[in-house]
Amino acid sequence: MAVRLKSVITIPIHRMARFPYYKSNLYPCTEKLLRCISSTPRELQGAPLKPVLLNGFQRTLLSIGAAAMAVTDPTRHDMVATLGETTGHKALVRIHQKMLQDEEGRLVLQDKPRISSSTVNLPALRSLPEGTLGKCYTNFLDNNKVTPDSRCTVLFIEDVELRYVMQRYREVHDLFHSLLGMPTNMLGEVAVKWVEALQTGLPMCAGAAIFGPIRFKPKQRSKYATQYLPWAVKVGSESKPLMNIYYEKRWEQQVEDLRRELNISPFMI
Amino acid sequence: MSRFGLVSKDILISTRPSIRALYQSRHKTTHFGYQDVSEEEKSEKVREVFASVAAKYDLMNDLMSGGVHRLWKDYFVKQVAPVPQAKLLDVAGGTGDISFRYIQRLLYQQPQHKESESHPSKQVTICDFSESMLAEGRKRAKKLGYTGISWVCGDAQQLPFPEHCFDCYTIAYGIRNVVHVQKALNEAYRVLKPGGRFMCLEFSQVPNPVLRWFYDQYSFNVIPPVGHVVTGDWHSYQYLVESIRKFPDQKTFALMIEDAGFRRVRYEDLTFGITAIHSGYKL
Repeated sequence: MAVRLKSVITIPIHRMARFPYYKSNLYPCTEKLLRCISSTPRELQGAPLKPVLLNGFQRTLLSIGAAAMAVTDPTRHDMVATLGETTGHKALVRIHQKMLQDEEGRLVLQDKPRISSSTVNLPALRSLPEGTLGKCYTNFLDNNKVTPDSRCTVLFIEDVELRYVMQRYREVHDLFHSLLGMPTNMLGEVAVKWVEALQTGLPMCAGAAIFGPIRFKPKQRSKYATQYLPWAVKVGSESKPLMNIYYEKRWEQQVEDLRRELNISPFMI
Repeated sequence: MSRFGLVSKDILISTRPSIRALYQSRHKTTHFGYQDVSEEEKSEKVREVFASVAAKYDLMNDLMSGGVHRLWKDYFVKQVAPVPQAKLLDVAGGTGDISFRYIQRLLYQQPQHKESESHPSKQVTICDFSESMLAEGRKRAKKLGYTGISWVCGDAQQLPFPEHCFDCYTIAYGIRNVVHVQKALNEAYRVLKPGGRFMCLEFSQVPNPVLRWFYDQYSFNVIPPVGHVVTGDWHSYQYLVESIRKFPDQKTFALMIEDAGFRRVRYEDLTFGITAIHSGYKL
């Protein structure tokens, strides 16, 4: 029996993978030139705040104080941010490694893009057609009355690369909300924190995911237990790392395509 | 100056005094905590620090000193020993801690003046260079009913008052934030009447090395984290504890006060030298 060997083996791939969106706006320059782009994060308004070097005692005191303040006063988002910075070193190193291993993640680390109202053209995104990532993101910002400028600058991390990873995590949090379709109420926030905890491993996310539901009312608790929690755990464990995505190059991509690409299963009520 | 209109920068700087002064002041550095900054920058940065801490100033003072700052201020005003009709200038007294205690002592001594025209608050002028701190002070004065106080926004190095104006000049925890301490002392001498008293309450150096070690550990390891947790501002509290270390010690400061012209300069340590009261008379 003659076995005809194919000289070229074609592996069926998703049509979107053939034309990766993040490469469509690629600068017409070589890889080497890309590496020459300055690795210091672009500073936003005002003088950059000096990073603070903490010793062990300060770190412990700050973590305990920030945790206590975050739990007693939920409006203190800066305390949640501080807690993330003081406890997240190992997790940040892991995220950084994962980003370096992914092509798109490496590009994000080279370019170090920032998301704020001065670096992202929000009116242009609002004018995009419905169903695109940019439109979905601006709808989210408008419906929940938030801006991308409300994130604190990272203060307590020494290494420039890790500081950028932390800042990026903070700035794409709203994009996670848009992608997952979760609102900014307590249930939505805890669900997003579960996904982030499972993907990034940041202790602050895990803490918020586990202790956040303490403040739930009984109706919220039942919804959480039956719908939000199983879905969030499923998405967190199955989906591709959301930190690796160069969102700035994908504003025109259809959100559903991006969700399929990242293996995010839709939330069914 | 060249005839041809081409002047080198060096000649310009050396021949025109105004530009020379500007160049020197722009490039002279001073300290902002442990950082080196230009003098203009220090002024701005201090203003920013106080704008940021004003809202929770009292809470932070309580947390940082465990409430002991109240005892220090009470003792300080007791040493000031207010007398009726003596005019007080409280510099860097934005939130009014010293002034209110001064007025309360006078009211306690002479309660009949509470509702009258000669309410002790009319003798008090508070001068501060931070509008936010003055706003906090005004709020508190309104609550206490001290309506006669004059609130002035001004720089301690260039007081907006004529000479021989006041009987008593106090500055509590303010002089270490001034860019040129000697200028502030000279101004204090200028605005006081002959026979007037200069009183300064300020953090100072702890002579005992063991206690100083504990104090340093507490200052650097507890105050900035607690400040950050309560107010969300690490850098202001880091500046506060660093500026304490940069301030001259008790003897040096006493000599600076004498240089300004004051006589009978005395100092008294409180709490092992953490705080010191300096006093001098314009004789």
